[in-house]
Amino acid sequence: MAETGSRPPGCALVTGASRGIGAAIARGLAADGWAVGIGYNSGVDAARSVVAEIEAAGGRALALGGDVVDRERIDAHFTLLEEAFGPVLVLVNNAGVRADGLAPQICDGDWDLVLDTNLTAAFRTTRRAVRPMLKARFGRIVNIASVVGLRANPGQSNYAASKAGLIAMTKTVAAEVARRGVTVNAVAPGLIETDMTADLDGDLLAHVPAKRAGTPEEVAACVRFLASDAASYVTGSVLSVDGGMAA
Amino acid sequence: MATATPEAVEARIVEALASFGPDIEQVTREATFEELDIDSLDLVELAQIVEDDYGVELKGDDMKNLKTVGDAIELVVARAS
Repeated sequence: MAETGSRPPGCALVTGASRGIGAAIARGLAADGWAVGIGYNSGVDAARSVVAEIEAAGGRALALGGDVVDRERIDAHFTLLEEAFGPVLVLVNNAGVRADGLAPQICDGDWDLVLDTNLTAAFRTTRRAVRPMLKARFGRIVNIASVVGLRANPGQSNYAASKAGLIAMTKTVAAEVARRGVTVNAVAPGLIETDMTADLDGDLLAHVPAKRAGTPEEVAACVRFLASDAASYVTGSVLSVDGGMAA
Repeated sequence: MATATPEAVEARIVEALASFGPDIEQVTREATFEELDIDSLDLVELAQIVEDDYGVELKGDDMKNLKTVGDAIELVVARAS
């Protein structure tokens, strides 16, 4: 089991953790000694296999089904985790959706879906998580933003707005809670090989100085750092994991 | 859940506020949060303690009007009864 340092007993919650970046983050935090709540919406089998993998490696995990926009469900997830493993001291807001189109083609429903899921739900989980973190004098919130929250990508005005909003929320909440040992940071992935990016066309690579897509594990490594004791003085920051795309 | 007698609420609130920095002797009913260097984040934590211990939920609007330690004690006692 990895070094646990001075962190108090508690657990981690990763939303959208049944696959892709979220699953890699959950596996990584479990390897760092955290009991992990695996939030998922539709991928129950995938979520269960992430739990099984973590348990096989000697860790502890719990699959928690439900849409992140369902506030009662999410509150119940926190309660379940608190009863099973203690307070949620690491929150990774990773759940996200895309509904791309040029601005004139984005209907209200697609705007609302993306903002509600990527931004509003992340605010609500943050609000729910912060009080126990303040009490523990320790907390790590990591919001999974995106390079498009920093740099334009035509066809994603809704997604970009949600991710830029997430970055602004990250900075503001970070400033509010910094003196209680609670840090709030964002990680901004670029083009990462996941189901979510499988349908994107190939010319995106032309914008990546590294000339390759990143892996979920490369994003997870940054989240693991930000969740660790080693990152105790890092807060309100945005860590780009994009092969140089935002540079 | 603890019994919300005025004495118990006062003792709990004074103890909680002292844990945020000021010496416990400074935390009198007349002392203002400003004098004690108790800020809005401290009051958020105080609200959490009061909710956990007495089941009294204090919202942002409730907290906004609190100036002194006595204001907080009176509000919690009134809500708990």
